[in-house]
Amino acid sequence: MDRIPILKLGGALIVSIQVDMHDRLALALEEDLTAMIARTGARGVLIEISALEIVDSFIGRMLVSIAAVSRVLDAETVVAGMRPAVAITLVELGLELTGIKTALNVERGMALIQVRLSEEDDGHGSDRDRHED
Amino acid sequence: MTVTKTEALPVRSGDDVVRVRQRVRALAVEIGLGLVDQTKIITAASELARNTLDYGGGGDVRMETVLAGTRKGLRLTFEDQGPGIADIEQAMTDHYTSGGGLGLGLGGAKRLSNEFHIESTPGSGTRVTIARWK
Amino acid sequence: MSTDGAGVLERILTEDEAAILDAWNTALREGASLQGGRIREAELRTQAKAVLGQLRDALASNSLDADGEGFAPLRETLADISRSRAIQGFTPTDTANFVFSLKEPIFEALRRSADVDASTLAAGVWAAGKVLDRLGLHTMEVFLASREEVIGRQGQEIAELSTPVVRLWDGILALPLIGTLDSARTGVVMENLLQAIVDEEAEIAIIDITGVPTVDTLVAQHLLKTVAAARLMGADCIVSGIRPQIAQTMVHLGVELNVVSKATLADAFAVALKRTGRKVVRQQAPAEERR
Repeated sequence: MDRIPILKLGGALIVSIQVDMHDRLALALEEDLTAMIARTGARGVLIEISALEIVDSFIGRMLVSIAAVSRVLDAETVVAGMRPAVAITLVELGLELTGIKTALNVERGMALIQVRLSEEDDGHGSDRDRHED
Repeated sequence: MTVTKTEALPVRSGDDVVRVRQRVRALAVEIGLGLVDQTKIITAASELARNTLDYGGGGDVRMETVLAGTRKGLRLTFEDQGPGIADIEQAMTDHYTSGGGLGLGLGGAKRLSNEFHIESTPGSGTRVTIARWK
Repeated sequence: MSTDGAGVLERILTEDEAAILDAWNTALREGASLQGGRIREAELRTQAKAVLGQLRDALASNSLDADGEGFAPLRETLADISRSRAIQGFTPTDTANFVFSLKEPIFEALRRSADVDASTLAAGVWAAGKVLDRLGLHTMEVFLASREEVIGRQGQEIAELSTPVVRLWDGILALPLIGTLDSARTGVVMENLLQAIVDEEAEIAIIDITGVPTVDTLVAQHLLKTVAAARLMGADCIVSGIRPQIAQTMVHLGVELNVVSKATLADAFAVALKRTGRKVVRQQAPAEERR
């Protein structure tokens, strides 16, 4: 069966979803990512979804679940590159991606993860909430 | 309202859900739906197909392109012979779920469509019809 | 004795075509159908001749049913004429009169005709009235439909034109909203803004509602959805320009706008600059941070 490749870059894992996700693929990805975080001690997970044409509640649930598991293993999840039409549809669907940070593209997403890594190197605690006024 | 084209697909496996999404996309493009509307109806179809599979024990979907006056639309009917829904109102509520999902399927599909209709008889099955107009 | 209206009309149109056409052209010219040069006389003549010819062909099918098969080519021609009238800016009356003004020349021709008795004349007049009335209505329907089409297209153009997304700075966008927001327009606004966020790789988008007269529950909901969608894509939104009376109304209505909001676009811009790690300073000492 196909699996989505996971790349390791520094303290981060990078996944780019390029195919229409069927259920088994989504479940396999969740499993693989969890195993990989545990094995490598990665502190950040970047999931790039700019090729995804839809995110339904199943895929949304997978993302939320990856983020939750990652958090338990002390890694932060960033979803990058969501298309406008997908974002509008998700909002209308009523799905909230709780516990997930978002970024416009891979570069911004990596920057978010780097900030966290360097903060921890400086001895600051992790601050997961988005900055708000 | 006239039906200009009818297609049908089975919904019996996870792969069928993917196939339904692909056909719905093709038909949505064919009637000239905008990108956001395409995404909405495909997502709604995905939710309903999964409901048919998970709660209805599998079924079929009928996909029709329709014409009302000068407006084109896409109408999808999901039908199963599963256990049915006893309390439709409750099933439509967000975050209500009987199967461990997020419980956004029916309510979400309704919000993503211009028309939504559900009929269910406990013990004999469920039929959900949605439509999205150009 | 023949009281077959269609037959009588067909015969008259064949025998007296030149005179009828002449009288019709005169009526059209006098009836201001030229609309001060909107359409040339020669063109009007060509249209009149074509319509008359097709009317005769249609009557040859021995039917007075203007919605029937035999009249299809004529209806098509009239539809074309009607559509071009709508685009050229003719009034509905002028457009309908194109057909109605054919009545008098036909009635005249019927009366002139030597071998027509009273009942045949009556049948002919009745037939002409019936067919031309129906055709006149047909031109009106097409006229209105094309006007609606034009209006619909304009509406969409306005919706797109009136929602410009402007780039204030590298990574900072502003969307100055003007006028009432309905759900159709808000949809277009939302899409434009989100697409601009992708195109410009914007971190922050400022939605300025200074020009929006009222904010009701629905509009607030649309704004919130836009903000939520932008957040899913990795961009933040700031809402600016909520006027005092709107703020009051919103509180009274119980509308909660759970987003970062600033009084003016300038304030919002300052916040945006600060968040993206920039500040504005005077060029000469003493340097002073502008807020």
